[in-house]
Amino acid sequence: MRRFTKIVSTTSIIAVAITGLGLASTVNAAGTGKSDIEKGKEIAFSRKKGNCLACHNIKGGKLAGNIAPPLVAMQQRFPDKAKLRAQIFDSTVANPNSIMPPFGRHKIISDKEIDLVAEFIYQL
Amino acid sequence: MKPSKIKNAVLAVTAIGILGGVVSNAVATTPEEDLQNFREYFYKKFPGVPLSEYANGVYGIDQKSRETWEAIEEFPPYEIAIENGEELFNTPFANGKTYASCFKNGGIGIRQNFPFYSKKDKQVKTLEQVINECRTKNGEKPLKWKKGKIAAISAYMAYTSRGKAMHVKTPTTPDEIKWYERGRKHFYAKRGQLNMSCANCHQDNAGNHIRADILSPALGHVTHFPVYRAKWGSLGTLHRRYGGCNKQVRSLPLAAQSDEYKALEYFHSYMSNGIEVNGPGSRK
Ligand code: HEC
Ligand code: HEC
Repeated sequence: MRRFTKIVSTTSIIAVAITGLGLASTVNAAGTGKSDIEKGKEIAFSRKKGNCLACHNIKGGKLAGNIAPPLVAMQQRFPDKAKLRAQIFDSTVANPNSIMPPFGRHKIISDKEIDLVAEFIYQL
Repeated sequence: MKPSKIKNAVLAVTAIGILGGVVSNAVATTPEEDLQNFREYFYKKFPGVPLSEYANGVYGIDQKSRETWEAIEEFPPYEIAIENGEELFNTPFANGKTYASCFKNGGIGIRQNFPFYSKKDKQVKTLEQVINECRTKNGEKPLKWKKGKIAAISAYMAYTSRGKAMHVKTPTTPDEIKWYERGRKHFYAKRGQLNMSCANCHQDNAGNHIRADILSPALGHVTHFPVYRAKWGSLGTLHRRYGGCNKQVRSLPLAAQSDEYKALEYFHSYMSNGIEVNGPGSRK
């Protein structure tokens, strides 16, 4: 498990470097540095939080559903990160009958958590 | 007022709550038209799947999971419950009467006619409700709604009705339409913190995977209830399942046999008219 975390953090550091987002890493209680992208990934993958994998295929996720488009090449589809965040905040603005939960409007996850998820999704 | 007029009025009010469901909510439709549209929606989605196959839920549309299910059905986990239900059904109450006295045809082969609108009591009645009314009328205590004895009796009654096509009378009177529309509204309305309607999962996304689960089409949903679920380790009624699906979207489940669930069952069952009863069934 520790190993796994290490690998993940190495890859995401690279990702950060490449996309040049320059997100500040914070240090958790265990002393391991975790980038915002990693935190966003955890929230997105957690069944109790985003559970995005229930519907979307996302790189690195297991047992993904196929209800929704796979989340790939996000910067091409959402050049403006704010629009991506808005889709996660309230999917029903774009499609009132969307099955996608309005994560922000219904306070399923917090505003801060949505920011983190958006950071993670944006670099996919 | 003509039923169609009333339906228009009801729709105008509910349209605000039902956002763009797939079956045209904007135009008022009769129950018959709804049924036609409902079937056609699934025929289009699953070309080649005949109406009769919708009795089998997810297994009617997915060959891979069907094989596992067919193996389970060779030694059905609900068999004991049917025997149990038969015994309960035939055991006289303290006053000497039996359940048979409360139903047409002695309760045999009649599952397909439920739920029905009772003119006398001005409400929709489900099979489980009439089972319990039969008990109280005969001086017995009502059974708990969602599992156990009531599910066993209901399973036995379904079993005696296997092969009979669902036959819920078409709602026509204003009060029937009112109950029907309430159920229809529940089916298409978004609810819960996750903001999903029954239709979002069991119509719009039938056949798709939500995580590893394949979503069953709502067409034919009711035919095999009560159902033995491996997850429950026992038999459960349709309203038990409704509660579970409400909880999944983080909505408070309503009481079994509440008017809201009875209305939902009324709509849901009418939509399955013409499909054979094959209850009890077994599911994951
Ligand atoms: C229950 C299903 C479901 C869940 C859970 C879900 N989504 Fe969606 N998502 C959809 C559907 C369906 C669409 C397609 C557009 C629509 O119908 O609203 C979509 C669209 C999107 C889009 C726009 C994609 C594009 O290219 O247009 C993004 C971004 C997105 N979802 C992110 C997320 C994130 C992040 C999460 C988790 C925090 C999530 N979704 C959870 C169903 C879901
Ligand atoms: C988040 C998605 C979702 C929503 C919303 C949902 N369900 Fe379900 N439902 C499921 C899943 C997953 C199953 C199990 C797989 C299957 O049979 O579809 C299921 C199973 C069922 C079954 C049993 C099917 C069978 O063949 O035994 C019934 C009946 C049912 N749902 C009715 C409803 C009704 C009515 C509503 C609305 C009140 C509803 N569901 C809302 C996901 C959902």
